[in-house]
Amino acid sequence: MRLVLPASEISHRHRRKVGGKALALSRLLESGITIPDTLCVTGDAYQAYVSQTGLRERIALELHRKEFSQMRWEEIWDCATRIRSLFLRKPIPLPIASDLRSAFSSRFSGKAVAVRSSALDEDGSAASFAGLHESFVNIRGGESILKHVHLVWASLWSDAALLYRQEIGLSVEKSAMAVVVQELIAGERSGVAFTRNPNAASQGVVESVHGLNQGLVDGIVEPDRWILDRRTREIISHTPAQRKYWMVPDKDGVHKAPLPLEVSQHPPLKQKEVQTVFDTAMQAEEFFGAPQDVEWTVRDDVTYLLQSRAVTTLQSEDGDDNRGWYLSLHRSFDNLKVLRHRIEKELIPAMIREADRLSKLDLSVLSDQDLAEEVKRRWEINHKWVNIYWEEFIPFAHGIRLFGQYYNDAVQPDDSYEFIDLLSDTQMVSVKRNQMLEELADIIRNDIGLSEKLRGSGQIDETSVFNIKVERFIREYGDLSCSVTGGTQCLHAKEPLVNILLEMATHPSLPTARRRLQRTAKLKEAFFRRFDEAQRAQAADVLDLARASYQLRDDDNIYLGRIEAQLLAAIQAARHRLSDLKQEKRPAGDARILADILAELDHPDSPKTIEVNSTGHPLEIKPRQIVGQPAGPGIARGSARVIHEHLDLAEFQHGDILVCDAVDPNMTFVVPLAAAVVERRGGMLIHGAIIAREYGLPCVTGIPDATTLVRTGDEVTVDGYLGIVTVGSGEI
Amino acid sequence: MAETDDIRRQITDLCSSQKLAVLCTHRESQPYASLVAFVTSKDLRYLYFITPKTTRKFKNIEANPQISVLVNSSENLESDFHRAMAVTIIGNAAEVLGRNREGPIKRYLEMHPYLEDFAKSPTCALVQVKVKSYFLVRNFQNVMELHIHE
Repeated sequence: MRLVLPASEISHRHRRKVGGKALALSRLLESGITIPDTLCVTGDAYQAYVSQTGLRERIALELHRKEFSQMRWEEIWDCATRIRSLFLRKPIPLPIASDLRSAFSSRFSGKAVAVRSSALDEDGSAASFAGLHESFVNIRGGESILKHVHLVWASLWSDAALLYRQEIGLSVEKSAMAVVVQELIAGERSGVAFTRNPNAASQGVVESVHGLNQGLVDGIVEPDRWILDRRTREIISHTPAQRKYWMVPDKDGVHKAPLPLEVSQHPPLKQKEVQTVFDTAMQAEEFFGAPQDVEWTVRDDVTYLLQSRAVTTLQSEDGDDNRGWYLSLHRSFDNLKVLRHRIEKELIPAMIREADRLSKLDLSVLSDQDLAEEVKRRWEINHKWVNIYWEEFIPFAHGIRLFGQYYNDAVQPDDSYEFIDLLSDTQMVSVKRNQMLEELADIIRNDIGLSEKLRGSGQIDETSVFNIKVERFIREYGDLSCSVTGGTQCLHAKEPLVNILLEMATHPSLPTARRRLQRTAKLKEAFFRRFDEAQRAQAADVLDLARASYQLRDDDNIYLGRIEAQLLAAIQAARHRLSDLKQEKRPAGDARILADILAELDHPDSPKTIEVNSTGHPLEIKPRQIVGQPAGPGIARGSARVIHEHLDLAEFQHGDILVCDAVDPNMTFVVPLAAAVVERRGGMLIHGAIIAREYGLPCVTGIPDATTLVRTGDEVTVDGYLGIVTVGSGEI
Repeated sequence: MAETDDIRRQITDLCSSQKLAVLCTHRESQPYASLVAFVTSKDLRYLYFITPKTTRKFKNIEANPQISVLVNSSENLESDFHRAMAVTIIGNAAEVLGRNREGPIKRYLEMHPYLEDFAKSPTCALVQVKVKSYFLVRNFQNVMELHIHE
């Protein structure tokens, strides 16, 4: 068993040990093409590591928590995060580590290297898929190279790889990761070349940037682009780039820097050089007998091929495939910073203005015709914001993931979601709203007279402090009736709010500081201690971005909810007019228009009815333990309150276990009353999980069929450490 | 119903894939586990095994008919942890006598042809367990219950 093979010693018989990338490099070398000095850490090294540490079965257990087909993308991301943490926390056994370390040190001594994945499986098909696994550039020294090889091993189980698991034949038993360690050629010009244009078979493409090609590959730096004729190898066209930045090596990695003016004025390649690059790529194509996608760099007028693989694109036959979109959510720090600015400075203020503007319009004075138009206008406004939500707000949530990985890499904590504690002392709008609810409940608690009055006639003294505060709450957050009824009965009345307050008031006030601030401070300190002074500023920036991302994760829905509430209010007004008409309380007017617009928007007249399990069949199925994802640590037992429709929220009682399909941010006001949260939708960063963590509640997400398997009144135990929901007391 | 069918099918598949099960009996507060060759009825209402009447397990059953049986597909491999399934069965056990033995013995011997002499020995009892419930464990920690009502 050889843990390491130099490129010059790799032959076809090693294919299953070195993967496509390493094999291609060895073939290029053999055919006389210049490549950087290259070592391959074989799949045997990976196999020895996962066998000796017991990781192989740990990964299998993670992957078999539930059926893949039932996992949302967020759960797959969580799964990949947990597996990555397993790798980070499991050191490479000493004999393997010391063999690898000394091989790296003696081969590269102090030289910078690139550490790249070279995935392998039984038939070698995985080799040609780009972007599923990690690569690192500008790594120096045996120990650091080893650390990055470890990270590349972990990336065999990246979320992207898990999403494309069928195409690449990913399996715990068979798959392994080889790693290419390659001297870093600090090229003056770099790029990629396709010997066959994916869009036009008679053409080839060369793309080039100044400096290293990481910026091009990651889409951060715009390249100059040449289209060539495959047969004559003549240039057909050149599309120059704006040439603002380049990627340069820094202490540990590479970073984007402004391109000096004099450099930016020239394309990275002269015409002749474009042809030289293309010729070298064609040489690779002739050698491999198939069109190639190559990465190259030029230093001191020598063209190096860094890698070569067959031209392929990841496409699924399933027309409904959203995986490309999911993967596009992976954003760079720079990209997220720009997005943050736009969201905080432009989009959120515009949303607030929009909701305010709409709320000022008195719907009752509109003619039927105008009301119909208003419904349609509001539908369009809401639709526009929903689109913005998907295109801008959801991708921004990736800031949390970026920090999660950053934190886990640096701290290697036992709990791979510990990083959330550093984010959770932000002031989310929903938490502020709940604090206001708590204040109102406190007034009722301390005023028996008021409490009795509310329970009796429900009348509130208009001038009382309580009423003033209730009205302030309604002004800021609405009366909760829309939330409680799912928009089907926006009463514009105080009853739903008062009912919730009365329920809250029958129990002692909730500790507001359940979020362990002290612990957060300690974690933060420990996190920053991992970095030297120069790196600390970057760590602080990533944390700051993640905090904004985390806060927005909930706030955006509240703001979106305000706009939706305005649409619902108009729909409600239209419905009232139609019902008045039925009862002959008003003349027909343009009522037809209203009916038409409601039908066009297909807004349900009544909440959907949910089928509930029937019992009484001779064979009865009952859940006992259902496994989901641990999303908030802690354990709690209580009576289940299953939310089939928003009206069920009105029945929510202190100490109930909230069981729902998905916690809608507009219904999180019941969370402080809950003992735990169980959600069908999976993921660590969904609203239910975030709000539960904020209140220190045990939370399990991703429970398949949660709202049909569990019934209101069932005794339920929620284990937020293991992600298990146990139904019933266990009596036989 | 789809869920019921799915659970029932998985229990049926698991029970028919295994030849041996762990039987738990008890007497005077002392639990006692033993290995038995078993077979279940097609409708999952009954489980059968054969035991010499001189055994502890048989004496325990005579004293306390409530028993439990564990069937599992583990192979003593690391991969068992994510792959193996187990079902815990509870019910009441009683010896089957006379002509009622014929059907179950035939089914039992189809599963365990090598046990013919054992099954037909006059010193052995055919024990029928009237199953109350199955507790199916999959994916390491997922547990679903199948209860059989009268």
